[in-house]
Amino acid sequence: MNRRDALARVALLLGGTVVGAEVFLTGCGAPDKKYGATVDLTPDDISFLDEVAETIIPATTTPGAKDAKVGEFMARIVKDCYSDEDQKIFLQGMGKLDAASKAKNGKSFLDSDATQRHDLLVDLDKEQKDYMSKKKDADPSHYFRMMKELTLWGYFTSEPGATKTLRYVAVPGRYEGCIPYKKGDKAWAT
Amino acid sequence: MPGDSLMVNNKAAAQNTYDAIVVGSGISGGWAAKELCEKGLKTLVLERGRNVVHIKDYGDTTKDPWELPHRNGHDRADREDSPIQSKCYAYDEVSAHFFVNDKENPYTQIKSFDWIRGYHVGGRSLMWGRQCYRWSDLDFGANARDGHGVDWPIRYADIERWYDYIEPFVGINGSAEGLPQLPDSKFMPAMEMNCLEKYVAEKINTGFTDGRRMIHGRSANHTQKVGDRGPCQYRDKCHQGCPFGGYFSSNSATLPAAMKTGNMTLRPYSIVLELLYDKDRKKASGVRILDAETGKTEEFYAKIVFLNASTLGTASILLNSVSDAFPNGFGNSSGQVGHNLMDHHYGVGANGEYDGFQDQYYYGRRPNGIYIPRFRNLNEKTKRSDYVRGFGYQGGAGRGRADYADGVGVQLKEQLTEPGNWGMGIGSWGECLPYFENKATLNKDKKDKWGLPTLDIDCEFKDNEKAMRKDMMNSAAEMLEKAGLKNISTYDSAPAPGFCIHEMGTARMGKDPRTSVLNKWNQVHESKNVFITDGACMASSACQNPSLTYMALTARAADYAVGELKKGNL
Repeated sequence: MNRRDALARVALLLGGTVVGAEVFLTGCGAPDKKYGATVDLTPDDISFLDEVAETIIPATTTPGAKDAKVGEFMARIVKDCYSDEDQKIFLQGMGKLDAASKAKNGKSFLDSDATQRHDLLVDLDKEQKDYMSKKKDADPSHYFRMMKELTLWGYFTSEPGATKTLRYVAVPGRYEGCIPYKKGDKAWAT
Repeated sequence: MPGDSLMVNNKAAAQNTYDAIVVGSGISGGWAAKELCEKGLKTLVLERGRNVVHIKDYGDTTKDPWELPHRNGHDRADREDSPIQSKCYAYDEVSAHFFVNDKENPYTQIKSFDWIRGYHVGGRSLMWGRQCYRWSDLDFGANARDGHGVDWPIRYADIERWYDYIEPFVGINGSAEGLPQLPDSKFMPAMEMNCLEKYVAEKINTGFTDGRRMIHGRSANHTQKVGDRGPCQYRDKCHQGCPFGGYFSSNSATLPAAMKTGNMTLRPYSIVLELLYDKDRKKASGVRILDAETGKTEEFYAKIVFLNASTLGTASILLNSVSDAFPNGFGNSSGQVGHNLMDHHYGVGANGEYDGFQDQYYYGRRPNGIYIPRFRNLNEKTKRSDYVRGFGYQGGAGRGRADYADGVGVQLKEQLTEPGNWGMGIGSWGECLPYFENKATLNKDKKDKWGLPTLDIDCEFKDNEKAMRKDMMNSAAEMLEKAGLKNISTYDSAPAPGFCIHEMGTARMGKDPRTSVLNKWNQVHESKNVFITDGACMASSACQNPSLTYMALTARAADYAVGELKKGNL
């Protein structure tokens, strides 16, 4: 059983569906690799990733990715969990994202306004979706897929994401199999 | 003085002498310890790993997800040091300390075999799946009926009252169904099914003419208090150890009971090297251990020894216990030790979606699901021509929140904030036949860090299992279709043997000492004061999760052992 199946099974045992197991796959399920050079992202890198994450999950009536410190989370996972190959793709991806910003908007990502950032990431999301659908299993993920998955994972498992945007109860204390639900009610975080 | 050394030796021997020795503290060793201690025997429990004290040593299980650096994901060290263990569904950032370091605990996979292990007090009873199902005579009579393996020397009538005896202490939730192929346990109230599960159960129960049923899962999670344990708080973090004592483990239940008697000595860091054999008495005199902290060897003596070191651990100890009387390993004149290795084959089933119940949800994280008991090869009507034996299903339904979707921005965020449609999955667990050639043997050329021989494991699923898997997958889809689910997808992840963590059979029970290692009381045929009641003793695998049966066999054997001891027969 590979990690995807394992997650599928966990999801089943939790009574969930299999959707989204891949959030973990890029992060920590890649094939074994030797330890690589230590990858310490700089505070500037983390600020940059925070802005990318915030564009993916913006603050609304509930907190956004920056409030959830998703940039810091991404840096930690890339350093501690990613294989050498994935680390390389991720790090190069930060440069690629900025280059794509300059090509599209004539300025760096950080210098772009919210709409420009959003429109750029819409493009990159289409690009990664197209790449991911055509790639072979052994091929690495697209860098923007990594950033997006890490953002979603990091955000919805953060305290603001889990408790304010979703619902979280650490110790439920009981199980009720059928309770009323109305459209708009938040999902359980775990 | 000339007598000094002898006196010292006698004194040392007296200090190291107990009424009973139990090797291993997992789910069966814990029961052996409890039963022997409660019957008044001074009992030494040897555990090869560190101590794990209930609640105190459960690590980060009370932390919230955001307090874990990797949010419960695996890091590079997990994959590097424990590439086998970290594949296990129960291995996460919090529970990782309950799994062995693969680098430090090598074995050789002649064919792919995932050996999932926990070397510490409590063993895998801490991370186990907790599903508990009785066996029936469909299972105990299977070998005799179709000729595979050797006939079990016991039947349901021999073990029924021992299931009755252990179950209230184990604390099992479930529903009484009166099914002959899956006898009811002594249950606590079942865990509720959710809306979709109730609906699918009704459809399955009424939609087939072969009597198949979808019932509540049966698990060792406590829906009511068991003494001072529990009840379950519905966190669904059992495999990390439960600070509420909400499920059964050696650490929460049997070992504290044994300790309470004042008769137990628990000795962690004690790797049993071999059984010592007294060829004049034709009995074991004790064990030799390696102290994993000091690196020194030491001997302990007792009137009876219970081997509960796990299916492969027990086989390893037997094979390593070589003497003039037992050149091929302790109690191994039959040549069966290490052979007939089985595991359930699983990782095959189907998932589907359901459009309705949009106004329904659930509260709490239920650490259990549903069960579909075996419905094949029960009788002439359900007999299959393509394989023998059968399988069951575990599964569950829920409203999974999508955690990935197209796009970026506000719309994406909103989309991922609400629960999705209902979905349900069922996965199958199938019986594996006992094949002599599926085996573990000692490799004396490849030593572990203690200088001990390692195991070569040579095991595979064969044609009967492969034929069964097709039916396991197709029947899963058929049932979900019958229930009206949509977008049904099937899967067969074909896990290697071992990965179901139900390995068993390496010192099987049987009627004939020439073809089996243990008799009907789990005594080694050739050394009646050695009892083996872990998974090694199993003569067939059935398709039910096996731990409950190990526990019942252990309590039964302990009762017999103490009776024989009192009669002076051991």
